[in-house]
Amino acid sequence: MARPFMRRRKTCPFSGSDAPKIDYKDPKLLQRFLSERGKIVPSRISAVSQKKQRELARAIKRARFLALLPYASE
Amino acid sequence: MPLYEHVFIARQDISPAQVEGLTETLQKIILDNGGKVEKSEYWGLRSLQYRINKNRKGHYSLFNIDAPAAAVQELERQEKINDDILRALTIRVDELDPEPSPVLSRRDRGDRDRDRGDRDRDRGRR
Repeated sequence: MARPFMRRRKTCPFSGSDAPKIDYKDPKLLQRFLSERGKIVPSRISAVSQKKQRELARAIKRARFLALLPYASE
Repeated sequence: MPLYEHVFIARQDISPAQVEGLTETLQKIILDNGGKVEKSEYWGLRSLQYRINKNRKGHYSLFNIDAPAAAVQELERQEKINDDILRALTIRVDELDPEPSPVLSRRDRGDRDRDRGDRDRDRGRR
């Protein structure tokens, strides 16, 4: 029976010791978790743990306020 | 005393020298009210991701502040009055990190490719 979908367990990019720190002043890191339209990618797709996803969302909203990240991008 | 990270954006058509003067006056406000600025950074003239008050670019600066709340309130009050400052954000933090902020340090590194496939579901429900 062919595997319908990739089952590889994706790990949270922020777990582990040498994980990058979530920081609202770092648009390059936060941009990886925004879709093309500038929306926050849901954690079920980006495989971020729930706790880190909350921190990530808070940092992204602060970065948007400081115009480091777009609210929406066509 | 509580620790704060304070980022503010000055509008683009003031010269960097004026931005220096501006940071001096803001630092003096903190000192006068019994606090001190641990670190002051100038991120330079960056282009904003969206226009703020008709400005496309802005001078970004960061303060790491160790001061009582009254000093920060006074700082923010002055910034509201001053029309050179477009926007300011103060965040209370548990500890101030002394190294240069990521905006400066990783400016030259190439942008890492986006490793996770983000299926873009931005089209509305049809």
